[in-house]
Amino acid sequence: MGNHYRSDISPTDGPASMKQPETALPRIVPLSESALTIEFGETIDPRTNESVLAFATAVEQAGLQGFLEVVPTYRSATVYFDPFGADVSTMTEHFRALMTVTNTTPLRPPTTHTIPVWYGGSAGPDLGDVAKRAALTPEQVATLHASVIYRVYMLGFSPGFPYLGTVPDRIATPRLPTPRKQVAAGSVGIAGTQTGIYPHASPGGWRIIGRTPVPLFSLTRPAPFLLAPGDLVHFVPIGEIEFHALFENHT
Amino acid sequence: MQGLPQSVSIMPHKQPTIHVVRPGLFTTIQDLGRFGYQRFGVSVSGAMDPWALTVGNRLLGNPDRAAGLEVTIQGPELLFEEALSIAITGADLNPTSNGAALPMWTVVRMPAGSRLEFGLRRQGTRAYLTVAGGIDGPLMLGSRSTHARSGLGGLTGRALRKWDRLNAGPARVADNTCVGRTLPEAQRPRYPSTARIRVIPGPQADRFTDDALEILASQPYRLASESDRMGYRLQGLALPHRTSADIVSDAVSAGNIQVPADRQPILLMADCQTTGGYAKLATMIAADRALAAQLSPGDRLSFVVVTHETASTLLRSVHAELDRLLPPHRA
Repeated sequence: MGNHYRSDISPTDGPASMKQPETALPRIVPLSESALTIEFGETIDPRTNESVLAFATAVEQAGLQGFLEVVPTYRSATVYFDPFGADVSTMTEHFRALMTVTNTTPLRPPTTHTIPVWYGGSAGPDLGDVAKRAALTPEQVATLHASVIYRVYMLGFSPGFPYLGTVPDRIATPRLPTPRKQVAAGSVGIAGTQTGIYPHASPGGWRIIGRTPVPLFSLTRPAPFLLAPGDLVHFVPIGEIEFHALFENHT
Repeated sequence: MQGLPQSVSIMPHKQPTIHVVRPGLFTTIQDLGRFGYQRFGVSVSGAMDPWALTVGNRLLGNPDRAAGLEVTIQGPELLFEEALSIAITGADLNPTSNGAALPMWTVVRMPAGSRLEFGLRRQGTRAYLTVAGGIDGPLMLGSRSTHARSGLGGLTGRALRKWDRLNAGPARVADNTCVGRTLPEAQRPRYPSTARIRVIPGPQADRFTDDALEILASQPYRLASESDRMGYRLQGLALPHRTSADIVSDAVSAGNIQVPADRQPILLMADCQTTGGYAKLATMIAADRALAAQLSPGDRLSFVVVTHETASTLLRSVHAELDRLLPPHRA
């Protein structure tokens, strides 16, 4: 109890490691009394994210007492548990065991989603700026953006918002200096090397290059969320007329 | 306004109706939160002061997961069409019924046609109106909690408006048997304008200079006006990062204290997003969440660093004490 600044809670660590948080990855750090974050890396890359997902899947299947939910992100997984129903030291031991097997845990094959996007026009108010910065035509930006199969690294920001990566370097563009007050639902944006889709109308600072008519989140579907972490996304350019036709189909 | 006479009631358990005459500043339906969907970006939301909501529900014989109204600073005016038992907990916003003061932390019976109003704030920021049977409404992703930012839960995802109608759910216990039940005076929290808030080191404490936690604990921070259910912006001594404030985004939750590049801390609250990209210096302990929920802009937070073990022990003792005073009702 002597050290107030200890930020790991591993019961297996010896006295030598008590003064410093764990530094070797993966490491376990407490987020709160009812959550532990297991960090697998410091960067955005598919391998790290793969480990995170494998670990998250293993934790879900482990049936740990007091387990509530696991949130996989780019490079870490956070496990939420009932602070009264779970024994943290037992849980930590389980995590350590799972961390070592995650490289061999078979993952379900990723689901690939084809998502139609109307690039430019009133759907993509920032497409021109992105093109100008990249010294490309708007059409070339759209073609490049749709040329990559993206990975859903995580969902966050708002219900169903996917963080997709990574866009071709040429069209990587920083966020808007001032976020827009209102971004239309379905808008496809770029922020640095990330791309994403706004599921709902909301404020937002990503550069909007197009819009999809496909709803990402709908409570009337049996599975409310279209995308899950680890899924793959393939954008297909469509025209304005097709956009409106599909949009009406979905509503 | 009178309820229908009993004799013409076809449904034997008509759900009591509450009419919103005035909505108040920001009144929302909240329960203990929406769990299980954070991986899809769905905020937990729920009562800012879960302790006060739970006390109200337990006084009334409701299960802990029943929803109530979270009333912020300036309360609503409500008209009860049918008689209904209620309890008001949390902030003392001077509740009255037809002009007569209503006791806090106590089950009272609102007669049919009676009116509930709130007046000037005496202490605290958020009051909870709980009713026998709970505030009814559709479960959305497992919860009735309103998350206004994403339009989820409650009344179509928004705060109350004039002319809204609320229904109480079916009560578990004969709904006047609890009248007069009260939380003993000595157990009622006081809400000072400077709150002592205990924290544990956060997951990125090592991204800050060695003295950052000591700085955080050395002088009170002031709650800025741009604070809401999502997070509290705090003003005080700068909290220096070692290199950068930004991290690769990962999971965040209520209680986390994140520090952006301006070095001023943000205490995340109930409606916080599920992920964030700022280094997290510390985490408010769960046992102090109720106290923090009752602060208003201009109030102060005085931080104390404790160990993870202390935080867990305190959380257990807070819950054990509540269970001793008011045992939970199994649904």
